[in-house]
Order: sequence, then structure tokens, then C-alpha cells
Amino acid sequence: MSVSHSGAQLQVERLLSLLPYLLSHPNSRLADVAELFGVTERQLLRDLNVLWFSGLPGLAMGDYIEVDMEAVEGEGVISVSNADYLARPLRLGTDEALALIVALRTLAAMPGSYDRGAIDRAIGKLERAAGSAAERAADVRVEVDGDSVADVAATIRRALDDKRRLRLSYWVPGRDETTERDVDPMRLALADGRLYLEGWCRRAEAERLFRLDRITAIEVLDVPAAVPPQARIRDLSAGIFQPSPDDELVTLEVTPAGRWVAEYYPCESVSEVAGGGLVIKLRVSDRRWLRRMVLRLGGTGRVVDPPDLAAEVVADAHEALAAYDEPPA
Amino acid sequence: MTQAKSERLMNLVICLLVSRGYVPKSRIRQVVGGYGDQRTDAFERMFERDKEELRELGIPIESGSFDPFGDEEPGYRIRRRDFELPEISLEPDEAAVVGLAARVWQHVSLAEATSRAMLKLRAAGVETDTRALAAIEPRVAVEEPAFWPLWEAVRDRRPVTFSYRKDPPSRAGRRRLQPWSVLSWHGRWYVVGHDLVRGGPRLFRLSRIVGDVRPDGDAGSYDVPPPDEVRRAAGALAPPRQSATARVRVRQGSGYGLRRRATGCRTGGDGWDELSVPYSDAGVLAEELAGYGADVVALEPDDVRKRLVERLHGVVGEVA
Repeated sequence: MSVSHSGAQLQVERLLSLLPYLLSHPNSRLADVAELFGVTERQLLRDLNVLWFSGLPGLAMGDYIEVDMEAVEGEGVISVSNADYLARPLRLGTDEALALIVALRTLAAMPGSYDRGAIDRAIGKLERAAGSAAERAADVRVEVDGDSVADVAATIRRALDDKRRLRLSYWVPGRDETTERDVDPMRLALADGRLYLEGWCRRAEAERLFRLDRITAIEVLDVPAAVPPQARIRDLSAGIFQPSPDDELVTLEVTPAGRWVAEYYPCESVSEVAGGGLVIKLRVSDRRWLRRMVLRLGGTGRVVDPPDLAAEVVADAHEALAAYDEPPA
Repeated sequence: MTQAKSERLMNLVICLLVSRGYVPKSRIRQVVGGYGDQRTDAFERMFERDKEELRELGIPIESGSFDPFGDEEPGYRIRRRDFELPEISLEPDEAAVVGLAARVWQHVSLAEATSRAMLKLRAAGVETDTRALAAIEPRVAVEEPAFWPLWEAVRDRRPVTFSYRKDPPSRAGRRRLQPWSVLSWHGRWYVVGHDLVRGGPRLFRLSRIVGDVRPDGDAGSYDVPPPDEVRRAAGALAPPRQSATARVRVRQGSGYGLRRRATGCRTGGDGWDELSVPYSDAGVLAEELAGYGADVVALEPDDVRKRLVERLHGVVGEVA
């Protein structure tokens, strides 16, 4: 579907940024430039060679772009001249304007990420610089649940900036409980359109993720944050839900109306059954969470394995039904 | 060979940029290194391909001539003001936030587009601080393969066709769409546009598109309605207004999800509270209440209570 570019096209695209960069950053180190442009030094040398053979029409003496090849080979620095006609890079393309402006607008919707004034000004400048290429940027949008958690996000941001500990009340739906934790904040993250605090939970003595809309109370303590050196930020690129292979394996069977479970949670296996239903295997770290989920599924899903878990859920339902004085059919 | 071709392309760009007026093809052939030793038809083909490749990079090559009588051979030029990135300078805080924006996309093509944009800014002397604010992690994932072709269709205003599975048991149906906008909600991507078969605005979830999204018409063949209308069409994503209120008994020390949005709470002496809980759909509320098991009892209205009891019977495996 996308046009794929030829080797020369990609090289020329790079050269049109490389040349103005080198003109405005004289004596840059070869290694630094290669890293910045995401190419090997060998490729960069080939790029410089192309520049060396380019110049004004007619290519008479004095028309060529000058590249000090001795300095390149000797001290490993790059110096170019005689190319003022390409002192500025090419304008932003539609995809480039889109990627940058939509990213900035996403940040604007993420409270606590950055000063809103700076974001708005940056967007304005980029829109002006991109001209008509920026028109389509309004056609892609990332919705962020920001407004309802703006205050919580601002508090967390203060704690991050001042490197202070936080005390928060956090609601865990799976266990239907709200607990108080002291957390040393590590970072504020956006994942799946929601905001999370990643921090070192002093009670659990481990890294934890807290969804901002589940924080029911929060305050910055007058205690310096002490995130231990072994604390690791989690790679959220795989998603928020990251079941461990040590968690219990549960098998569910769902009707067509219950298929959303497979779309919503990371499952170990999903197989179709006759009638449009599914058999789903997933890893569960806390049975209480799963019991609540199966209660919500009602007749659209049931636990197949392990049988004692299936029995627990049925017992939960009986207990709830007792309040309605309705005899079983 | 790539090097020779790149040289020729660079020389062509430089020629068209620096020359006053339109440069006729015959002159280009003479002065741009790399075209010289060609038979005419080979030169023609090569030149056409070169022009196309440069235009694909976003280089604005214009054709025309200054001769109103059309006697002069038409030529080509690149106007500097259409080619160059305009002047732009960023304050330190603006530079920091642009550096942060560079980390947002977790999608190859978008991340690459961002990198190219950042390189152009650096090349123009605009320093952005890419190491800023490690404490903020703004990531937007795009896992759906349908995203890029749909973005291109939106960009080019080109209709598309695709197979869509709305209700899983039913077979996928073929759709034709004039896409207006692509948006992400809670980590999932959607496209909203004018459904050409059903006639009217529709919203589609990208993860339910089966197979490829294929172009199905000309670029620029439709207009996108004003933002308000597009937003309305995407309104199905927003949580519905909660217009009704249910009365629910909740055991003390539990039911936090309900307590947080309850509009009223009467504390009982028997270890239970009575909450007023707003809701929009009885079935959706009943499903939510079921999850609380015996910690919650629905009192009113009747249809919420009935649906909840039905759901619980469903778990037990009995017909209510």
C-alpha cells in the first residue's frame, strides 16, 4: 500500500537534511553525525562521496560541493562548504507533520506531562512551519482520559520534580478494596489512552503501576523519594497487563456474547468452538479478580478448569442470590 | 548503482533550485551530470522516473514556461520558498516538549516520520532536547495493521474497501468507506467515515477489520465534513450520559467502584449502606453489580434487579 522508496531516494532524502546540518554544525564528528542520522559510518562516508560529486549545473571547476575528505579520514570530523543553496532542509511532509503534531496534541491531553503553554506554543510554531502539510494532522486523534485525573497528575508531577514520596489511597477493583500505600514515584506513563503512575511501593517493596483514575486520595509527603537502584521501569510496549508464567492457568468457555474476553485480556490460547463461542486459557494471578469477571459474564461464560475455582464462582453466585429470596428453578 | 543515481538526483535538485526561471529538458540533459550519455528515449524515461521519485519525497517540482505564446520549450523549476523549511526557532521549554513528543509513537512508520521531522529541525539549527523528562513516558501504540493504509486514505481523501467482522459469529461483510478520521480510544484504534453502502456516518474498530484495506477510488474524490460532524459520528465511543439512578445496598468495606460515583449514601446500622448509583443502561449496570457478588443487593429499579438476578442464575447454570 505504501510507496516503498528506492535506495537512491532514501539516500537523497537523507542528504537533503545532512547537507544543511553539516553546514550549520561545522567540524562535527563523523561518529556523532552517523549516530544522529541512524546510519553506519561507512554509509555516511558514501553519503559524503555523493555530496563530493554534486554541485552547480555544468559541474565546472569551483562548482562542486567541497568536503574536506582529509579531515574526515584524519581527525574524523566533517567540514563542508560551497553549498549555500542547500543551507536549509526540505519542508516537512504530510506524514512528518502528522506524526509530530498529533504526538504534541496527545501530550497536551496528558495532564502532568508538560506545561500546557509550552505545548500549545510548540504546536503553533510547527503548524506554521509545516504549512499545508499540517492540515491533515487534525484527522488523527488520540483520546486521553485526562480531565478527570488532572489534579492527581499534577500532584504526581510535583512529587516527581521535587523527588518526594507520595501517600495514596488506591482502589483495586479485582479485590474490591482500597488500600493506602506510600510510593516513591518513578515516572508518569501513558498507556492505552490512560495515565499511570509507576513507582516503588514501599509496602510491597517492589515496582507497581497505579492507574490514575483509581487513586482516590493522594498527597505529597515531606519525605525524599528513595527509589532503590535495583528498581526497573517496566517495558509497557507489550501492554499494561503482563501475566506471569507462574500465575494460575484458568480455562474458560464463553458464548458468542462473551467473546470480548479474548479481545480484552491477554490470553494464552483461544480456540473456536461450534456455535461461535470460544475456549480461552488465561493466566490469573488473583482468583478474586477472575471470580468477579465470571460473575459479570453471567450465562455468557463459565470456568471449565480448575474445577475448584468453578465451584467457588458458583458458590459466590448462590450467596448473592440468597438476598433475593428467589427459589432456584 | 545507487551512488551514481543519487548524484544525478542531487544535481537535478540543485539545478532546478538555483536556476532562474524554468529549465527546459534539453538544458537539463546538457548540464546535469549523469544524463549526458543517453539515447533520447532512455533519457526521457530516466528523467520522468527521477522527477517522480523526487516528487515522492515531497520536493515541489513545477513544470511550465514564461512564454505566453507557447513557443518556448516548457521547463521545470523548484521555487525556494516552496522547497525550504520555513524559519522556526523554539524556546528551551518548547524544544523540550518537542523532544518528548519524539518518543510518543510506538509504530514503525510514525516513529520514522517523527525521526525525519526531528532531523529536519536539527538540520535547520533547531536544537531539541531528546533526553528531557525521562520521568514522563508518553507512548501511543498502534498494533492494527489497518492503521497505515487507512491513514493514507484519510490523507489522500481516497475511498477504501475492507472486510469487517462486526458480530463475531456472523461472517465478515465487505464495506466501502470514505474515511474521515482515525482515532484512538483506550488503546484501540477506530476509523470514522461515510459508509458508501449503508449510506451514512459509521465508526469501525480497526481490530475487527479482516484482511487488507484496499483503495477503492480516486484520491481527492470526497470532502471531509467539519470537525463537529466528525466528532458526532465518533460519539459512539464516549461513555453515555447517566440519566437514571438505581438504589443499591452495599456492604460496608466493599463496593468501592460504586461508592466513587454514587450520588447519595445512607449509612445503615446493620453493616450495610444504601447507595444511589447513576447509570445509563440497566443491563450494563446489572453486569457491573454482578461482579460484587454477595456484597451488593439491587433494590430499585425493577429491571436492574431482574437482570442482575438473571445474570447470577446464568452463573449457576440455571434458567431464572
